Amino acid sequence: MSTLRIEGLKASIGDKEILHGIDLVVPAGEVHAIMGPNGSGKSTLSYVLSGRDGYEVTGGIATYGDADLLAMDPEQRAAAGLFLAFQYPVELPGVGNANFLRVALNSIRRTRGEPELDAVQFLKLARAAMKSLSMPEDMLKRQVNVGFSGGEKKRNEVLQMAILKPTLAILDETDSGLDIDALKIVADGVNALRGPDFSALVITHYQRLLDYIVPDRVHVLAHGRIIRSGGPELALELEANGYAQIVAEAA
Amino acid sequence: MSALTGGSTAATSFLSRFAGLKTQLPGNLAEREAASVVFAHAGLPGRKLEAWKYTSLAPLADASFHEPLTLLAPCDDLLALVPPPALAMDCPRLIFRDGRFRADLSTAPGFFSSFADAPELAADPRPMVALNTMLTEDGAVLDLPEGMDGGTLLLVHLASDLHGQPTAAHPRHIIRLAKGARLELIEISVGSGSYLHNPVFQIALAPFATLTHVRLQSEAAVAYHLATLNVSADTGAFYDSFTFTAGARLSRAETSATIAGEAARVHLDAAQLLADHQHADITTILRHAAPHGASRQTVRNVLDGHARGVFQGRIEVARGAQKTDGYQMNQALLLSPDAEIDSKPELEIFADDVKCSHGATVGELDADQFFYLRARGVPADLARMMLVRAFLADSIDALANDDARAILDHVLTTRWGAAA
Repeated sequence: MSTLRIEGLKASIGDKEILHGIDLVVPAGEVHAIMGPNGSGKSTLSYVLSGRDGYEVTGGIATYGDADLLAMDPEQRAAAGLFLAFQYPVELPGVGNANFLRVALNSIRRTRGEPELDAVQFLKLARAAMKSLSMPEDMLKRQVNVGFSGGEKKRNEVLQMAILKPTLAILDETDSGLDIDALKIVADGVNALRGPDFSALVITHYQRLLDYIVPDRVHVLAHGRIIRSGGPELALELEANGYAQIVAEAA
Repeated sequence: MSALTGGSTAATSFLSRFAGLKTQLPGNLAEREAASVVFAHAGLPGRKLEAWKYTSLAPLADASFHEPLTLLAPCDDLLALVPPPALAMDCPRLIFRDGRFRADLSTAPGFFSSFADAPELAADPRPMVALNTMLTEDGAVLDLPEGMDGGTLLLVHLASDLHGQPTAAHPRHIIRLAKGARLELIEISVGSGSYLHNPVFQIALAPFATLTHVRLQSEAAVAYHLATLNVSADTGAFYDSFTFTAGARLSRAETSATIAGEAARVHLDAAQLLADHQHADITTILRHAAPHGASRQTVRNVLDGHARGVFQGRIEVARGAQKTDGYQMNQALLLSPDAEIDSKPELEIFADDVKCSHGATVGELDADQFFYLRARGVPADLARMMLVRAFLADSIDALANDDARAILDHVLTTRWGAAA
């Protein structure tokens, strides 16, 4: 049961500081939403937490349980339980989806000192996960995200989440470009993992996703800072009034 | 012509070896004498020769190459270098050690005979072929009669140094498929220490014969591999080759293929996987001498460290070779800022109704793809290997022979595992 703890986090791209000091605590078992206008630093926060190159952390800390996230390689963070659902899932031509999922799962298991799954054990697991997500089985045979529709790519992210079973999911605008059916599948995928050991950071521009993944807390991110936090009703308020008023109040 | 290497230590060591050995070498001495004149005049080819513009043999020049003394030497250590999927294949195998056939290690098919028993030598102006003609002792002669399906055959060449001194082997392989005959040849070169492996292949395909030729060059890290392949394909014949270069300090595979009969097909595909200071050269000369021929070449280079890859691809379409369909593509993936690819396509077309295309691409590892894999828990080295495998996927997956795919995948996986 690990807590995500972010204190005074500052990060830059090149010379430009994007995050000006983020303070955020997500206890185990809770789902927090981060909402904010475009350009507020939402995606930067998700990339800094997951360890993408090109972002320089200039201050603050981010820990998950005892682990110092910022000191770890992306693959170590994944093994520690972190999962970033990409806003734009990447296509991997020449890499089969089944192979990709099995290599990922076994890499994580190996790092954790758990036994790896053979092809038969893996297929059984993958088929069960696909069935529960109403995904056609041929998705396993295709190359990763190649020729997938926007909705299929997001479902594939959810499939990965179902198989890798993270304890901390960061959803980076997973709802963008999704129709309502796909949105429900994504939400079901996240809700299926909810429990005392699972926490999530749901980054979104719109309130819509939060109808399906009901958050425990909502934070508003603007200009690289969290300017307001509240319960689920804060999302409804934003939906009704827009960001302008809250941003103006905070300024 | 090439004073640079003509008087080199290496050239001298080859010539003195010939002088001392010539009365014992099998076959027509006059042909060997003629070849020695060609080689003595030319020496080891260097950059002054247009055909060797990007690959100089100067690194060999100071070496003194010795005769391998390994007629009966045990080969267990060297066989252990052969990818296990190859040795697990249920098919006949021909094992050569330092250029000599090892009957004790082989299970030869009926269509095999030893080159040493009836050497066939012919004049060739190219210095490395002349060197081979001068000193060759043995090789595989494969004569498949009309209509025979020879199945799959494994040809392995094992090489080694001599107590730390470099050795040289010059096998001469002759492959003749009569009308409608078929063969899938999987050829593997491995070894240990410093040596030169300088094989020459003479390949003749009669009408409607099909030879699938998968070549794995996985020589020792300090070895030299210089192969010359001469191929002719008669009417409706198909030479389908794939060369995979992974080993050797310096290597070259030069294929000279002629579409001699109507509607013959020639595929000269290749992949090179190089690191450190490896230098590897794929040179092809493809002559369309008859109409309705088709040629395909996709050459992919994966270059890490200070490695240098070379691709020279020449396509000649003769005046009468109408309706020729030629395709050539060279792609490089550079994993390091110090790696280099040199690509020289040449098209010489004298027919007016042909379709010939060529292209080249150079790229780096995609940072988004790399991060995506790592974000899913895949360690950096494994992620890099998966993306390299993906880059080569079209090449390797296109191989119809399951064993060949397994062998190359094994090389790819272990090589990256070892580098990690």
